[in-house]
Amino acid sequence: MTVALAMAAPVAEVGSVDVAGERAVCDRRGVLYFPEFRLLAVSDLHLEKGSSLARRGTLVPPYDTGATLLRLQTVIADYQPSIVISLGDSFHDGGGAARMHASFRERLEGLMVGRDWFWVTGNHDPEAPADLPGETVRELAIGSLLFRHEPSAVRVEGEISGHLHPCARIVQQGRSVRRRCFAGDGGRMIMPAFGAYTGSLNLLDRAYAGLFRRETLMAYMLGTERIFAISHAMLRPG
Amino acid sequence: MAARPGFAGPNSNRSPFVRILLGDCASPRYLWHVTEQPRLAQQNAAVVLPEPFVKWFAEKGWSPRAHQIDLLAKAQDGQSVLLIAPTGAGKTLAGFLPSLTELAGRPRRRPGQAHRGIHTLYISPLKALAVDIERNLGKPVAEIGLPVTVETRTGDTPAHKRQRQKLAPPDILLTTPEQLALLIAAPDARRFFEDLRYVVLDELHSLVTSKRGHLLSLGLARLRSFVPALQTIGLSATVAEPDELRRWLVSQNPPGPMAELIVVTGGAKPDISILDSEERVPWAGHSARYATPEIYNEIKRHKTTLLFVNTRSQAELLFQELWRVNEDTLPIALHHGSLDVAQRRRVEKAMGENALRAIVATSTLDLGIDWGDVDLVVHVGAPKGASRLAQRIGRANHRMDEPSKAILIPANRFEVLECRAALDANYLGAQDTPPLVNGGLDVLAQHVLGCACGAPFHADALFEEVRTAAPYADLDRPTFDRVIDFVATGGYALKNYERYARIRLNKDGLWRVSNPRVAQQYRLNVGTIIEVPALNVRYVQPGSRGAASRGGRVLGKIEEAFLETLTHGDTFMFAGKVLRFEGIRENECFVSNAPGSDAKVPYYGGGKFPLSTYLAEQVRAMLDDPQRWKKLPEQVADWLRFQADKSVLPKRDDLLIETFPRGNRYYLVAYPFEGRLAHQTLGMLLTRRLDRAGAKPLGFVATDYALAIWSLADMGRMFRAKKPSLAALFDEDMLGDDLEAWLAGSWLLKRTFRNCALISGLIEKRHPGQEKSGRQVTVSTDLIYDVLRSHEPDHILLQATRADAATGLLDVSRLAEMLSRVQGRIMHKNLEQISPLAVPIMLEIGKMPVHGEADDTLLMDAATLVEEAMGTK
Repeated sequence: MTVALAMAAPVAEVGSVDVAGERAVCDRRGVLYFPEFRLLAVSDLHLEKGSSLARRGTLVPPYDTGATLLRLQTVIADYQPSIVISLGDSFHDGGGAARMHASFRERLEGLMVGRDWFWVTGNHDPEAPADLPGETVRELAIGSLLFRHEPSAVRVEGEISGHLHPCARIVQQGRSVRRRCFAGDGGRMIMPAFGAYTGSLNLLDRAYAGLFRRETLMAYMLGTERIFAISHAMLRPG
Repeated sequence: MAARPGFAGPNSNRSPFVRILLGDCASPRYLWHVTEQPRLAQQNAAVVLPEPFVKWFAEKGWSPRAHQIDLLAKAQDGQSVLLIAPTGAGKTLAGFLPSLTELAGRPRRRPGQAHRGIHTLYISPLKALAVDIERNLGKPVAEIGLPVTVETRTGDTPAHKRQRQKLAPPDILLTTPEQLALLIAAPDARRFFEDLRYVVLDELHSLVTSKRGHLLSLGLARLRSFVPALQTIGLSATVAEPDELRRWLVSQNPPGPMAELIVVTGGAKPDISILDSEERVPWAGHSARYATPEIYNEIKRHKTTLLFVNTRSQAELLFQELWRVNEDTLPIALHHGSLDVAQRRRVEKAMGENALRAIVATSTLDLGIDWGDVDLVVHVGAPKGASRLAQRIGRANHRMDEPSKAILIPANRFEVLECRAALDANYLGAQDTPPLVNGGLDVLAQHVLGCACGAPFHADALFEEVRTAAPYADLDRPTFDRVIDFVATGGYALKNYERYARIRLNKDGLWRVSNPRVAQQYRLNVGTIIEVPALNVRYVQPGSRGAASRGGRVLGKIEEAFLETLTHGDTFMFAGKVLRFEGIRENECFVSNAPGSDAKVPYYGGGKFPLSTYLAEQVRAMLDDPQRWKKLPEQVADWLRFQADKSVLPKRDDLLIETFPRGNRYYLVAYPFEGRLAHQTLGMLLTRRLDRAGAKPLGFVATDYALAIWSLADMGRMFRAKKPSLAALFDEDMLGDDLEAWLAGSWLLKRTFRNCALISGLIEKRHPGQEKSGRQVTVSTDLIYDVLRSHEPDHILLQATRADAATGLLDVSRLAEMLSRVQGRIMHKNLEQISPLAVPIMLEIGKMPVHGEADDTLLMDAATLVEEAMGTK
């Protein structure tokens, strides 16, 4: 198939990727782990999105916070990171942390014990979350990496961001698959949204225009068992 | 043709009353054929028909029909009535006679006197039908000089007219189930309906089988609580179980006598034949392309031919094929539900004017208005149900005593069997309309909120009221209370949303809407029709992908899911043209005319019916009876003889399983004849079991007739060694844990859940000020489903979803019946090679799109391409 010849891939091993020279693991559960720093990054948790919608009359199940925290608990147990960065939009709105059910708050605080925990501010949560430990920052530089919520318009090598909730779609044999994904071109990386009720935006949408080097852009699509690295040339809009 | 004594006037062989009533069209649809005793009817007529009507009839030299008078007498006696008559028998008039006669005797309203409420509510599934009837009721009302006002109220009625209707209601209001739901959710509903006497329900047989019917039954229950003496008049085509409809029409709490029944039997026996083609009937496929020249010849021989197909893609294909051979450039048109409305109206108009020679149509024409002088119905593909066939054939030629003429065109060999079975069934007058199911809990939730929007309610009273509706007669109180809880706060075990409640229980024991915004949102989201996300298809210049060439003509709408599988440059058939896919921009799909005339991607969904249980049984019976093969075309009979020779033909109640090797794979083919949906579910469950047994299954394909599974291990040998035995493999217990486990992550269930979430009001279809496309709903229902299932698997909405899936997309109920029927009756034939009967389904392998389940495999394929290209693998 000729499509394959036009592609270039910046990774040798599926799931493992270089961002500005730092090695990272793209976990199929939607978190990024840097072994050298024992650093785990997670983006767009959107905790308490359910209750945020309920306030406006859409009574979706109030279990999103619980579901998101449970998944976070599992990956933290697997990687045992010493640093955790929540890359912004950790809560769906400014009042989210205050609304959180006591049992969820306890679970979250439990995860934070013994680690350096950073809340990067996002557009949904520009202030520090109410009554929670951890340090609130606008952005954070570690090694050659820069963590911030929104990708900068100007290219910044080593930038890890979230905000756009990337997903990718491919078509094979007349069938279409759409999944959340990491998007990276070797220089910068945009992380998928982690929250249970978060939607996603196709990587080919104009919101991503100019952010990546097209020729090396890959979508690391989240499979049920593993990550699938798909070249930019195979992606479809929608 | 001779006039029937006492039935029709000297000048006409049809009922002039009806002709006048229903307008200038002089439509054959409203002619009829009556078999009751005329004398009785005349005697009755004198008794029940008011003076002005008798006079009017006499002046015109006409007399009313027996079933009209019969219905009128029963209605005047205070009864609710179900009138069953074949298509075109003029039931609609009969339905209005009680109202018209009663209104005729009512004193005129004096100036200054308060406006009277609605007297008669007419409800039809189609907006167009309501409009049609308004037009046609006007004339007799004027001629008899009746003091009666008739108006429609549909989604298209302007706001100022709705407003006026509230203040000065018409005597007869013609509307749809959705509008009724809106009317009863209005604060003045009780007053608005206080004078209501009759509810006339048209096309009742088609309404009751859907969630629209559930909503309507609840609306009717509400009306009954406003006006306990309310009478209903149901108008229906022939159905399998009339008693179900008779109960549906009256209160079931407590169950009293059923509605009265009047049956008008059909006219002359239709003249139906199966095309005995000179050509070879193909093994598989659905296009019936082989028969195109023969179909064309029939069109030439007749005045107007109506060609029915089962899917929109078949319609497109047949239309193309006919034009390919249309040397005389006969006016042949295309009509299906995805086409632009304006285009459809043009076709309908041309048809009414008899300007067309042929129309290729899907089920959009099943119901509805008048279709000109059709003298031949051609049914391409198998009819899938005997009742459906009868309805469609009823479209042709309603002249009394002249048989309707129809030709069936089977597209493949199994369809030959099916057509033959349907034909026999039609002559027997067999009916296989689906049985009614219990009312959906999602619909009930919508209704409960609607009631609260109208007026505060007491839970005890509403419970008793809801149970008067037949679909909810068996509802238990705990479930009802859970529905109320759901409407109030979502009904979650985690009581987190008390402060956001939509309805609240007040100290006086009444539930009230917590704020006016709730009612506003309810009104925007009322109804049970969920539209599949679809995009406009718009013409642009070839090669252009967007903005520059915007503004071309819109051809219609196509499902987003189909368009998503297309790549720039792909060609497909739509609106009778071969189109080139140029791209998608926002809510529009851009296309240009394709250079060639062969479409690369001919498939898109819509309008598929599974084989009815009744017809399936007939097909099995025919296979088992070589005597009946004589009626089949020789090539098909030969095929069956071959099968008997090489393998075996299943007995009527047996399940035949064949196993054989082919290429480097092993195949299992089962012939349950239970319809595609049930087979699809069976395929999912069997492959799970075979996988556990170590058969290494690779895939399966399901048709209406059979199911084929292929694997790496020799299944034939496994079954003979009873590892596992076929009996164990097909044990009914597969509907337990296996079904649960598979269902859990199934896209089928997610789609069903989405519908339930929208209907129940969990997620809004529309929000004030904005229309949401399928993708823009507040939160993806798939995500909600996943979270809810893992946290509260017994939630009422999941309960509703499972109930829907069991009868809908999964057809579990039918599968269960089949598994129980074949216990101890499985016939295994281990073969060296493929059998003749297996050829059709084997040809389907690779042709049929498989949905959703193997997402990761596709990703793997795509990722592998990358790895291969990079030499990393």
